Amino acid sequence: MDILRTLRETFLDLDAMGQALPELVRVGLPNTLVLALCSAVLGTVAGMLLAVSGLSGSRWLRWPARIYTDIFRGLPAAVTILLIGVGLAPLGLGIWGPNPYPLGILALSLIASAYIGEIFRSGIQSVEAGQLEAARALGFSRSIGMRLVVIPQGVRRVLPALVNQFIALVKESSLVYFLGLLATQRDLFRIGQDQAANTGNESALLLAGLFYLVITVPLTHVVNHIDSRLRTGRHPDGADPNHEAGTPDEDLALAITQEAH
Amino acid sequence: MSIIDQATPAAAPPVSRTASTSSVATRDIHFAFGATKVLRWVNLEVKGGTAACLIGPSGSGKSTLLRCVNRLLEPDRGEVSIGGRSVMGDDPDLLRQRVGMVFQHFNLFPHKSVLANITLGLRKLRGLSRDEADAVALTQLDRVGLRHKAQVRPGTLSGGQQQRVAIARALAMSPEVMLFDEATSALDPELVKGVLATMADLAGEGMTMLVVTHEMGFARGVADTVHFMDHGQVVESGPPEQLFEAASSRRLQEFLSQVL
Repeated sequence: MDILRTLRETFLDLDAMGQALPELVRVGLPNTLVLALCSAVLGTVAGMLLAVSGLSGSRWLRWPARIYTDIFRGLPAAVTILLIGVGLAPLGLGIWGPNPYPLGILALSLIASAYIGEIFRSGIQSVEAGQLEAARALGFSRSIGMRLVVIPQGVRRVLPALVNQFIALVKESSLVYFLGLLATQRDLFRIGQDQAANTGNESALLLAGLFYLVITVPLTHVVNHIDSRLRTGRHPDGADPNHEAGTPDEDLALAITQEAH
Repeated sequence: MSIIDQATPAAAPPVSRTASTSSVATRDIHFAFGATKVLRWVNLEVKGGTAACLIGPSGSGKSTLLRCVNRLLEPDRGEVSIGGRSVMGDDPDLLRQRVGMVFQHFNLFPHKSVLANITLGLRKLRGLSRDEADAVALTQLDRVGLRHKAQVRPGTLSGGQQQRVAIARALAMSPEVMLFDEATSALDPELVKGVLATMADLAGEGMTMLVVTHEMGFARGVADTVHFMDHGQVVESGPPEQLFEAASSRRLQEFLSQVL
């Protein structure tokens, strides 16, 4: 059973993990979260603008959105991060000093927004034309009808796809190491990898991988929960939010009983 | 189904005043989708407080005409007037606040509760507070017998109930005119009656209504005037007994022989 022992020593060396753990928790985890969270927020905002521009009646909005999407979706993430992070470094140096994070976040946001824009666009396009027509028949302008009625429905339909994108973003955030990080700027991956390089043992990298799972797996489940809650409806003000999962069924049951009478 | 569905105008006291004195008229309406001419020389008038039914074969332009009246589609030529005044120069969004519309597929907003479907326009367009809007909405839900459904999502309702909510949503905006676009065509047969009863109530209360329908019984029993459309033109107009019993045009005779 030499192979098993070798594997265990390579990946499950608790001492090596123990050595890396404090840095992973104190430095790597916050850094990865900052990178992923900032670029997710910026990418989502920019993605919505791209989606709306892509659906606009004006070609002056539609074409730039199209070209932007093609470029940032088509380039390898590493290339975009290097181009932005290194290419704009002199500019960034003047604004933020020698910190690669702002440009790293910018690059990650640009990439994410291209994908998220397409996700939003497909969601918005999937909403039946009758919805906008009904909103306009009430007296809403096209743009307000889109904002109040069509876009909220479109976004809800693509929440699972949006989470996929957030997960990809958490993982891609590790690519900022291309930009050269100080010890305190290292993210989860970089810390795990440094440790592995120094000791020749991969356990710290495996531990870093577990940290990624700790971020990404709950993300999926939280959004699935929100998704199902949005589908079935929410009780009005004053209801106990902890019992929301049960209320739609109760409403339905109530409705059925009342119909029977 | 509940008792409400069988309610007659006499049995159900009106919960709010819906009588309207605004007439609707179209003059020489033309409309084309690209090269396809859908409407040609359409003239019709609905007197204030009366109900007019538009009947005719599929593709005859009835629904398109309805959408020209509230300018969801802009006519290529011609004029729509409400209350004797042309609306072609009005802001179309403001015009649509005066004209309620009910669709074949209800088009309720599935992500909002029944109540929120009705209050959306009141709050965002009329600037009512939440309480004021809720009060108006609940009054309209009473009218259609669905107050107890205020908090549920439309998706949990039957088609007939959804369509009655859609009617309540349109009425909440206090329209001068109501347009119905095949409001019962997508319903299961047993649910048609309840929706037609609600529409008949409304007509009985004196709402100005333009109703596109395949329900000849409704046209005959409720409409003050019936207009028969074919190939984008109004072929024959008159009181229901005249059209149904003494059709003068060949096309209307053929149509009636097919549907009756």
